[in-house]
Amino acid sequence: MIITLSWLKDHLNTNANLGKIVDKLTNIGLEVEQIHENQNDLSNFKIVKILNTEKHPNADKLKLCEVSLGNSKKSIKVVCGASNARSGLISVYAPPGSIIPKTKMKLKVAKIRGIESHGMLCSESELNISNESDGIIELNNSEKEIGKKYFSKGGEKSIDISITPNRPDCLGVRGIARDLASTGIGKLVNLKKINIKQKKPQPIKISITKEKNQGCMSFGACYIKNIKNKESPKWLKDKIVSLGLKPISAVVDITNYVMLDLNRPLHAYDANKIDKEIIVRNSKQGETIEALDGKNYKLGNNMCVISDKTGPLGLGGIIGGTRSGTEFETSNILLESAYFHPKSVRKTAKILDIETDAKYRFERGIDPNSIKEGLELATYLILKICGGEASKFSIIGKNSIKKKIIEVDNDKFKKVIGIQISSNEIKKILNSLGFKTKVSKKNLKIEIPTWRPDVKYDIDIIEELIRIKGFDKIQLVQPERKRSEDTLNFEQKLFHLSQRAIASKGYLETVTWSFTDSQIDKFFSQGKKEIEIMNPISRDLNVLRRSIFSNLILYIKKNQDRGYLDLSLFEIGPIFFGNQPGEQQVVLGGLKSGVLNRKSWDTKPRNIDVFDVKADLIKTLIELGLKERDLYISNKAPDYYNPVRAGLINYRSNNGPQLAFFGEVHPAIISSIDLKEKNVCGFEIFLKNIPEPDKKFRLLRKNYLVSEYQKSERDFAFIIDKNYKAGDVEKLIETVDNNLIKKVTIFDIFEGGNMPDGKKSIAVNVVIQSMEKTLSEKDLNEVSQKIIKIVETKIGGTIRS
Amino acid sequence: MADIRELIQKVSLAKNKLELQNLKTQFLGKNSQINQEFKKLGSLNEDERKVKATSLNNEKQKISEAINIRLKELEKLEINEKLQKDKVDVTLPARERPNGKIHPVSQVIDEISSIFSEIGFSVEEGPDVESEYNNFTALNTPEDHPARDMHDTFYLDKNKKILLRTHTSPVQIRTMLSGNPPFKIIVPGRTYRCDSDQTHSPMFHQLEGLHIDKNITMGHLKGCLDYFIKEFFEVKKIRMRFRPSHFPFTEPSAEVDIGYKLENGRIIVGEGDKWLEVLGCGMVHPNVLKNAKINTKIFQGFAFGMGIDRLAMLKYGINDLRSFFETDYRWLNYFGFDPLDVPTNYRGLSR
Repeated sequence: MIITLSWLKDHLNTNANLGKIVDKLTNIGLEVEQIHENQNDLSNFKIVKILNTEKHPNADKLKLCEVSLGNSKKSIKVVCGASNARSGLISVYAPPGSIIPKTKMKLKVAKIRGIESHGMLCSESELNISNESDGIIELNNSEKEIGKKYFSKGGEKSIDISITPNRPDCLGVRGIARDLASTGIGKLVNLKKINIKQKKPQPIKISITKEKNQGCMSFGACYIKNIKNKESPKWLKDKIVSLGLKPISAVVDITNYVMLDLNRPLHAYDANKIDKEIIVRNSKQGETIEALDGKNYKLGNNMCVISDKTGPLGLGGIIGGTRSGTEFETSNILLESAYFHPKSVRKTAKILDIETDAKYRFERGIDPNSIKEGLELATYLILKICGGEASKFSIIGKNSIKKKIIEVDNDKFKKVIGIQISSNEIKKILNSLGFKTKVSKKNLKIEIPTWRPDVKYDIDIIEELIRIKGFDKIQLVQPERKRSEDTLNFEQKLFHLSQRAIASKGYLETVTWSFTDSQIDKFFSQGKKEIEIMNPISRDLNVLRRSIFSNLILYIKKNQDRGYLDLSLFEIGPIFFGNQPGEQQVVLGGLKSGVLNRKSWDTKPRNIDVFDVKADLIKTLIELGLKERDLYISNKAPDYYNPVRAGLINYRSNNGPQLAFFGEVHPAIISSIDLKEKNVCGFEIFLKNIPEPDKKFRLLRKNYLVSEYQKSERDFAFIIDKNYKAGDVEKLIETVDNNLIKKVTIFDIFEGGNMPDGKKSIAVNVVIQSMEKTLSEKDLNEVSQKIIKIVETKIGGTIRS
Repeated sequence: MADIRELIQKVSLAKNKLELQNLKTQFLGKNSQINQEFKKLGSLNEDERKVKATSLNNEKQKISEAINIRLKELEKLEINEKLQKDKVDVTLPARERPNGKIHPVSQVIDEISSIFSEIGFSVEEGPDVESEYNNFTALNTPEDHPARDMHDTFYLDKNKKILLRTHTSPVQIRTMLSGNPPFKIIVPGRTYRCDSDQTHSPMFHQLEGLHIDKNITMGHLKGCLDYFIKEFFEVKKIRMRFRPSHFPFTEPSAEVDIGYKLENGRIIVGEGDKWLEVLGCGMVHPNVLKNAKINTKIFQGFAFGMGIDRLAMLKYGINDLRSFFETDYRWLNYFGFDPLDVPTNYRGLSR
């Protein structure tokens, strides 16, 4: 909502200056977003007289005008193309530096076809006063006024206020004035009593049909005949322009004026174009209307239309139609002032996608008791400006609504706000806002003004009181530094720990959008249905991601395209497996691309590989509290990994909860995405599958015991079937004697050469140590034999001599 | 017998270990002069023998010492010689050790959690996909409410019943429905609005706060936010203003502005004559409490919501919201935080 100080002062008697008013507005919740300075530039526009004109030496259609800014000033040369520019004409001049309202262009001293022009002479259209662009303005001001400002309101700034959706009453200047008055900054001016001569009854039959979902509650009208519609007088144009609207004709400008002034939208019909009568009814599927915005709308069922015998004339509370629109030639009008239900207006406008000033106001709630007030002011102005003869008002439907009373306990304010307020102050604030109050010992009975649909409960009254009293009056209570609950739960701790654990291994954390391109997501969704967004911001952000990799791989590509090939990125965040609330889980996914030691003076470069990401992953899982012994690794990874270079980690057995995947990203995906550096490995950790221990780690740990005795090491080389996994051999040997075998390490693996087909050699180092004694050669041999035996019996391995 | 000083002189001039070994044999070995002298001792009378033996032992001792000293000297020389060969250019690059970084949003969430932890708030979370009911209706924003226009919502179904949450406020409802008061929670999380331009990202982060208990007033709300803002920006004094506003789910509602000034194009928070909006807050609307099955006769409280990304931008001088989500390697390196830089209260929130 834009207001100007002078318009505000029509309703508010105040001495406060702009700065003070702006502060007050913001303090009471009418946030001033901006003060438009551009209005100021209008003060530059001057009334001038053309002293003489001559033909431009280099252009047939241009004239060189000598312009007088008054007797005392030197005359100025202006180049002008208007055919009506002639000596003796009084017109409007824009000096260099001024901004032309229509084009928003700033004038400069410029050469036009070789002749310097100091400013320009303006048409009405250029000044946004009318659409008249044929020639420059012709004024009939007296000689005395030459050199004076053309815009009397010039220099006035406009205040742009952000009105919250609960305050429809402040979508009119008077509502804002009322709020300001309650702060004590000024006094609300009483509305002038309006006397109109109204003899005859309103002649056009109007009815509101009784049907379900009827969007119109009441409909007021006035028939005015024999008017002479014309351009608005300057004061009215100035007002309309000052709030950012365009003057059209007196009748339309007056209805707009009343809307901006009193927040009372009106509509004027050309009465001669109404076919017999007005019927306010629900539309039927298939009806159409050509609206004043020039568009054709196809209506559905149950939209509130104002219609005549022929069909819809307008959409109630939203927009009028061209068929019954007023024009300069219009001589008889029907003025409408009605109440439309917010829900109905909102629904229709949303379906048809129409945004108008009237719709904006009706959907927020107009004062239902302002029908007559609006008719009075508009009729008065029309008669005054356009002449004519007004009928009596006809108002049908429910024309007054029940008074809303709210009771507020006396201690409610203290209870919610924390400070006291006197009953005098309560009365003063509420009365100035238009509420009627009745104070008793126990509570307050408050009658809510009809222009405040937002005030429904006692808490709304509390807000009114503190809003006007001032939020700065609230005494702050220092928070207590006390913690009785854990700040984070187990999962949240895991989240933070894993995030920093992975970052500490050289990965950059990224945060990417939860949605992605379905074309990329499908690579990682294992054939599952995509989770579609109905209204995505673009086609390549059309699904919720099923994998962290969907976005991450794209950003690997983007960074590679920028020339960064060796990358380690990760993201921890939600992935989705359905479109219902809760069908999501937190995954930490990381991708690594490129070469290690790409440029090194002493280390050979090598491609990063599955064992690099495996190292990062295992270390991280251990940091998260898991034991390496509990990690069961197999080569079952989803299809977006390279099938022969990827793994799965389960907890405590190969069928236990899935903790993570790791491996090379499938080369087919890499080539589809067309990565520059094709060597990409990744991992995914499923945090929800990491079990929460029932005790703190420190309590779960066994007592600290170390052996006092000599540790021994034995190396074994086995020939085993090629298909056995090294990890399985490791785990198998560990089972031989959990007390004596401290560590098993595979340190060599060999296939081919003189190995029999289908076999491989595997070298294992075993650390053996007893808690009770130094192991003798005999003891060690016993353990060794057991190891050899178990490998033989369980997996058919043979020891190499 | 040769002069002892002469022998010692020779030892001290030995050029290497081998030469020294030869001298040792020559001077102290079986056939050495000194050994010969010892052999002759038997032929002397007792008194003479004692005197002679003492002097011989002295000499032997001195030579031994000289040999040992020279041996140490030679060893040292040898090491030094070897080291000369081992010399490396220490200005050569160290071996690669990649630097990981924590994203500013994560860091700031840690900071905020740490601050609110001090005054007893716990962290809650909720799903990104929400029901229309939890996101709007339960929060006193019925279907026909114009406030819904301010939330450009992503929908996941044709009936517009399932959506991406437009704010973290639905977690208020979830938390209250799943427990009993009092509630004292913060909720950091991803939020979504289908609005994308220079200053808007379709996904951003919000932090919700909710404190419901007996006798919680707007004074507590003011105190809580005053504490938070000062701690977060790590300033002792800050200009702050509570300005009436409107949110369907709080009543009264306020927006909070903080003072700032511009210095070399950077926003300096605290003093200064300009105002910057940082958060919205208010007393939880009784309708919201009723929807969450809370007895409004006994319990009331406040809620607030703020943009985490925006707070990060203000604190760390990041100008472009969209850059948070663009994953530019250079940006992540520049604005990211060292993983060991964990915000804590006692070591300071930020370095």
